Amino acid sequence: MVRSESSHEAREVLDADDVQRALTRIAHEVLERNKGAHSVVLLGIPSRGVPLAQRLAARIGEVEGRDVPFGSLDITMFRDDLRLRPARGLGRTELPGGGIDDAVVVLVDDVLYSGRTIRAALDALSELGRPQSVQLAVLVDRGHRQFPIRADYVGKNLPTSTRETVQVLVSELDGSDAVLIGGTADDDPADPTREGRGSV
Amino acid sequence: MTRHLLSAADLSLDDATLILDTADELARVSDRPVKKLPTLRGRTVVNLFFEDSTRTRISFEAAAKRLSADVINFSAKGSSVSKGESLKDTALTLEAMGADAVVIRHPASGAPHTLAHSGWIGGSIVNAGDGTHEHPTQALLDAFTMRRHLSTIAGRKVVIVGDVLHSRVARSNVLLLATLGADVTLVAPPTLLPVGVDQWPCTHSYDLDASLVGADVVMMLRVQRERMNAAFFPSVREYSRRYGLDADRMSRLPEHAIVMHPGPMNRGLEITAAVADSDRAVIIEQVTNGVSVRMAVLYLLLGGSDSALGGDL
Amino acid sequence: MTTKNSAEGVLIKGANLLGTDVSDVLVLDGVIAAIGPDAARDAGSDCETVDAYGLVALPGLVDLHTHLREPGREDAETVASGSAAAAVGGFTAVHAMANTDPVADTAGVVEQVWHLGRRAGLCDVHPVGAVTLGLGGSELAELGAMAESAARVRVFSDDGRCVSDAVLMRRALEYVKALDGVVAQHAQEPRLTENAQMNEGSVSAVLGLRGWPAVAEESIIARDVLLAGHVGSRLHVCHVSTAGSVEILRWAKGRGVDVTAEVTPHHLFLTDEHVRTYDPRFKVNPPLRTQEDVDAVRLGLADGTIDAIATDHAPHSLEDKDCEWAAAAMGMVGLETAVGVAAAAMVDTGLLDWAGMADRMSVRPARIGRLAGQGRPLAVGEPANLVLVDPETRYSVDPQSMESRSRNTPYAGVELTARPVATYLRGRLTASEGSAQR
Repeated sequence: MVRSESSHEAREVLDADDVQRALTRIAHEVLERNKGAHSVVLLGIPSRGVPLAQRLAARIGEVEGRDVPFGSLDITMFRDDLRLRPARGLGRTELPGGGIDDAVVVLVDDVLYSGRTIRAALDALSELGRPQSVQLAVLVDRGHRQFPIRADYVGKNLPTSTRETVQVLVSELDGSDAVLIGGTADDDPADPTREGRGSV
Repeated sequence: MTRHLLSAADLSLDDATLILDTADELARVSDRPVKKLPTLRGRTVVNLFFEDSTRTRISFEAAAKRLSADVINFSAKGSSVSKGESLKDTALTLEAMGADAVVIRHPASGAPHTLAHSGWIGGSIVNAGDGTHEHPTQALLDAFTMRRHLSTIAGRKVVIVGDVLHSRVARSNVLLLATLGADVTLVAPPTLLPVGVDQWPCTHSYDLDASLVGADVVMMLRVQRERMNAAFFPSVREYSRRYGLDADRMSRLPEHAIVMHPGPMNRGLEITAAVADSDRAVIIEQVTNGVSVRMAVLYLLLGGSDSALGGDL
Repeated sequence: MTTKNSAEGVLIKGANLLGTDVSDVLVLDGVIAAIGPDAARDAGSDCETVDAYGLVALPGLVDLHTHLREPGREDAETVASGSAAAAVGGFTAVHAMANTDPVADTAGVVEQVWHLGRRAGLCDVHPVGAVTLGLGGSELAELGAMAESAARVRVFSDDGRCVSDAVLMRRALEYVKALDGVVAQHAQEPRLTENAQMNEGSVSAVLGLRGWPAVAEESIIARDVLLAGHVGSRLHVCHVSTAGSVEILRWAKGRGVDVTAEVTPHHLFLTDEHVRTYDPRFKVNPPLRTQEDVDAVRLGLADGTIDAIATDHAPHSLEDKDCEWAAAAMGMVGLETAVGVAAAAMVDTGLLDWAGMADRMSVRPARIGRLAGQGRPLAVGEPANLVLVDPETRYSVDPQSMESRSRNTPYAGVELTARPVATYLRGRLTASEGSAQR
C-alpha cells in the first residue's frame, strides 16, 4: 500500500546521518545491556525491520569482532486484524542457523505505534522456539500504544498526533535513509497500514 | 475478488505468482518443529469428497489443520448420496453447519461450479478435482515443483504425456502453465486427445520420442487399464511401448529435466519402476508440495476479510 | 387488448394477415365467415370486437414435437397444463410424444392421451405413437392399431431414443406407408453418444464434458434418407441441429427423397457457449451446437430444406434440473417462448417474413402430421384456428408466469419482441395475453 496522499506535505524529522547515529547508539545499548553480544539474535520484522536488524547486527559485530546472527520474522499470519482486510502475500521468516532456543532475541522494527505488530511477533516467536528473553528495538516510537508493550531500545521518541503518519525510509529498500512525518485523515492507531511501514 | 478456485483459468499471472510465492514461505513452516499457524483459527473447512481420493483429501486436511482451521471430512461416496441425497441437500447441510470453505471432489465435471453459483452455499469453493474437467491445486503444486527445480517456468518446455482426454490434471496444467509462460506439448495417441484440443494454448503430438527432445519437464498422466476395453488403445503393451516413459527414453532427456506424475502411478504402464524411483523423478516431492500450495490457497481465499485472488494487483 | 369468448362471434379489426394485408376478420361458429369490408358489415350487433391493429394474424400454430409427460410424470406436465402452455404460445395443435410412462405404444394409451386433450379443450392434442414396443428398439409396436384408434395416429416416433437398428428402421418406414404415416426419427447414433453431455467441440474439450458429436446425428440422417429413398417411404427428421444435417437433407431432397425435417427454436437461437455456465437449463438433446450450426439451420429453415419449427417442449421438474450438470435431465420447455425466440432468430434477421413463419410453424407441420383442419389459409370458410401476434412488443421472459407446470426455460430474463397475444381454436379464445382461457 502506498501512501501518496501524505507525502506531499511530509517533513523530514530524521535525516540519513540521524538514522545512522541512532542505530549506532542502539547497537551500543544492546551490548551494554546484555554484557556483550553473547547469545544475542536480531530478528527484523518485514519489511523495513529486516535491513535495520541486519545493520544493527553488523554494527554489533564490528564492536565484538565476530558475526552476530540475524534473521527475519514475518508476523502476517499472526495478526489479530487479518479478517479486517483482504488476505495478502507473506513476508519471509528466516532464522539464523542456530535457531532461537535460549537466545536473547532482539526484535527490530522501524516504528512502534499501537503495539499490535509486536504482540503478533511474540506469538510468531513462540511457534519457533523458546528464547531466553525477548527485547525490542525500534527506530521510532511514536506513542499511542494499545497494548502493554514498550521498547527496550528507541532511536527517537517522536510525539505525534494520530492524524499524522510516520514513514521510515531505508536505503536498502527506498534508496536513502530518513524518517518523515506527514498528515492524513485516518486516525486509528490500530490501522496496520499506518504503523510506519512504507509498504507492506 | 474471486472467492472460489474452480479453474486454473481463473488465475491471472499475478494470482498464480502470489500463490506460488506464498506457498514458498509456507513450505518453510513444514520444516519447523511447530508446523502450525493460527491464521484460520475459528474457520471451518469442509472436505466434501464424492469420489475416493485419500491422497488429495489428506493433503487438503493437513493444509487446513496447519492453518488451525476446523476440518470436517464429509465423504459422500457410499453414504447419504447413494441414498439419493443430492449435491444440493449436501450443500444446504454444510451451509447450516457454517462452512467457510468447501473443498469439493466430484465425479461430475462442473459440480464445483454449480456449487459456487447455485446460491445453496455461501462459503468459498475450492475445486479438488471435478470429473474430467479440472484440478487446479494439482496444477499449482506441479508449477510449484517445477519452479523449485528449474527456478523459472516461463519459456520452459513441459511435455504432458498420456490420457489427456480424461485428465483434469492435464486441463488445469495446460491453462496454468500457459499463464505462467511455459511451452506445453501434449503427447497422446489420437484417441486420448479431445476433439477441440487444437484450440488449447499448447501444441500436441502423437510422437513421444520427438517431443522429448529438449524437454525440461516430462509429466506422465495416469492411464486407466479400462480404457483399453473401450478401444482407446489396443493393449497395455502397445501403449507402454509407444507412450510409456522408460529408462531409455529418460536417458535421452537433458540432464536437468525432471519427471513428474500426479499419482497414483501404474508402474509398468505409463512409467517404469526404474524411472519412477530415479533421481529425476520428483513424484514424492509433488506430494509434499501439495500441502504448502493448498495452505497458500486456503490462506489467500480465507485468511482475510476478502480473497486476495482476482484483484487488481 | 382484452378479449373474451362471445357466443355471437368475433370481429377482429385491423389485423395484419400473414404480415401482408391489413384487414378485418369475422369469426362465426368456429369458421372464418368474412374477411375484408364484408367482415364488419356481416358482424351482428352482439358480436365481440377485437382491436387487432398492429397485430399479425397467423393460422394457429402446429407443433410436431411436444412432450406432455402424461401419463407418468404429471408432476412435470399434464395434457391439460401442456395444452394451456401451447395455447399461450399460439398453438392450436400439438403432437404429444410417445415417451410417457407407460409408453404410448398401444391404441389404449394413445386414446387416453387423445381424450385428455379433448377434455382440456385448449388445443388439438395428437398423440404420436411409439415405433417400437416400449421404445425398446427391438420390436415394432402395433402401428396399425394406433392409426385406426380414435386418436388416428399418423406420426410415429421413438423420440428420446433413436431407431438405430437399420433393419427395424427400414421395416417401420415400409410399414407406415399403408397408414399414410410418417416415422419421425430422433437421429442419434447410440454408441457414439454414450453418456454424452454436450456438443463435442472446443467447448466440451475445455469443460471436460463427454461430447455428443455432430456426426452421430448426421450419420443416422444419411442412413435414413437413403433407406427412405430405397423403400419409397416418408421420413421426418426431428430436431435437426447441425450444419452437416442440413447439407444431407438438402442433398436428399434434391434427389427426390420424401423427407421432411424440423428444427427447434433453441437450436435456432442458442449455442454451446452457454454450457460454460454449467447451468442445466442449457442441457438438451440433441445438444446446443456451435454458431456455425445455428447459422446453417437458420439458412436451412429459410430455404425450406428444413420444413418446420417444432418446440421439443420438454418439461422437467425442478429437482431434475436443480443439480449438477451430469445429473440433470435433458430438455427445456419451449411452447410459450417459441414464437418470440423463432422470430428473433428468423424474422428479426430478415430470413423469414411472417408468411414464412406461418408456413414453417403451421402449414407445413400440419401437412406432415396429416392434420386436416390445421395449417389452413386465412380464408373464408376455413376453420377459425388463429393466433394474433404482437410483433413489436418488448418483454422479458418470466418463468414464473408460465402455464407449463415446469420452469426449465433457458430464456429467463431474455428480452424478446414477438409475442402471441390471442389464440383461437375453431373460433374459441383459448389464450389471451399469456393466460389460457379455460
